[in-house]
Amino acid sequence: MNSHLILRTVSKFLIPLIVVYGLYVHFHGDFGPGGGFQAGVIVAAAVVLYALIFGLDACKVAVPPSWIRIGMTTGVLLYVGTGVVTWLLGGAFLDYDVLRNNPDHPAGQHLGIILVELGVLFTVATVMVAIFYAFGSRTPDISDEDW
Amino acid sequence: MLNLINAAAAQAGNVPPTLIIDICLMAMLVVVAFAIVRIRSLFAIVMLQGVYSLLSAAWFVSLDAVDVAFTESAVGAGISTVLMLSAMLLTDRKSAPVPVKKALGPLMVCVLAGAAMFYAIPDMPAFGDPDSPANTGPGMEYMTASVKQVEVPNVVTAVLASYRGYDTMAETVVIFMAGLGVLLLLGLNGNAGFWQAKVQGQNICTQAAPRARILTSPSDKPNTEPRAPGDPEPSSKNTSVKKVAAKKTAARKTAAKKPATKRTTSKKAAKKPAKPKGEAS
Repeated sequence: MNSHLILRTVSKFLIPLIVVYGLYVHFHGDFGPGGGFQAGVIVAAAVVLYALIFGLDACKVAVPPSWIRIGMTTGVLLYVGTGVVTWLLGGAFLDYDVLRNNPDHPAGQHLGIILVELGVLFTVATVMVAIFYAFGSRTPDISDEDW
Repeated sequence: MLNLINAAAAQAGNVPPTLIIDICLMAMLVVVAFAIVRIRSLFAIVMLQGVYSLLSAAWFVSLDAVDVAFTESAVGAGISTVLMLSAMLLTDRKSAPVPVKKALGPLMVCVLAGAAMFYAIPDMPAFGDPDSPANTGPGMEYMTASVKQVEVPNVVTAVLASYRGYDTMAETVVIFMAGLGVLLLLGLNGNAGFWQAKVQGQNICTQAAPRARILTSPSDKPNTEPRAPGDPEPSSKNTSVKKVAAKKTAARKTAAKKPATKRTTSKKAAKKPAKPKGEAS
């Protein structure tokens, strides 16, 4: 895709916005629609768009495949780790109330939900990118006419 | 457009505009579904599947299921379209026409099941009915309790992450396992086809698996350096085939020696020039 000047310019402008929107969907998931899963998919879509426009090799420089293993495990560990922390603080597994001790306002719930959904975001985003990399790497890049 | 819809609604009496939007969206869904069944070009089918997901997301929005609509448009129209495209890249661009057979048995099953569903429609509660099972069961308790217990305005998030934290954890683990399976089976750089095994002293390797950055068939032009326009074509097909075979083994050796992540950079140099137009892949 060397000749698509408009696509390249527009996506250079759009990709950061897509990532920021994904983060908004995650951190605003308590108040509006969305959450970690949707945010992860949106962030992964930004990476996929980059790969579609600039090629898979350039994308693997920008988002190295080594991040995928780290991100996948970090997500699950973050989720389970939140549960273990609540355990250690004396509550039940994934009982977020003990994260912040406040008798009249459940502030721990907010914190716990954000942390847990952050784990979901990491896992979903990296797994989606992993699947795309795994499929996309099996054939060499093809020119536009071959579609 | 909206004025038109409102005018039509006023003419028809008490028909709410959302009902007209619903009917329009459902009709478009049916049209797209028939198009998917009829079209033979897989590229068009993948795109139409994205359109189908987007239409159903719009329909979910009109049903006030915003979270579901969000997921549907992000996963259905976004990611799965790309995954379908990359799967299509590995297989074929057109589907063979399926011969039409007079299958009376399956047709009867379809007709009977459809008739049974239409028979059951009047028993369903009306949309938003406060006496429906969905609105009288434990769902309503979450609506009232989560305000005090979680204080998160979006009840969907409260239920998913707090009340049903175990379920969401298991879902995350399921996604993790899916990614793990893909990595084990395919590998991140498409190099999973390079495995070799020694079964009872016999070397076994996958010759058939498609490989990344390697020309699989002799019909793919093997030249790495672009030829000057004056140069003659390679004299005979035989030599070019031999070249490809030699290059294949060489590439495989380097690939086997180097760790997987480094491979893409080394293969960049061997990337072939763009294929001439019309050459089937």
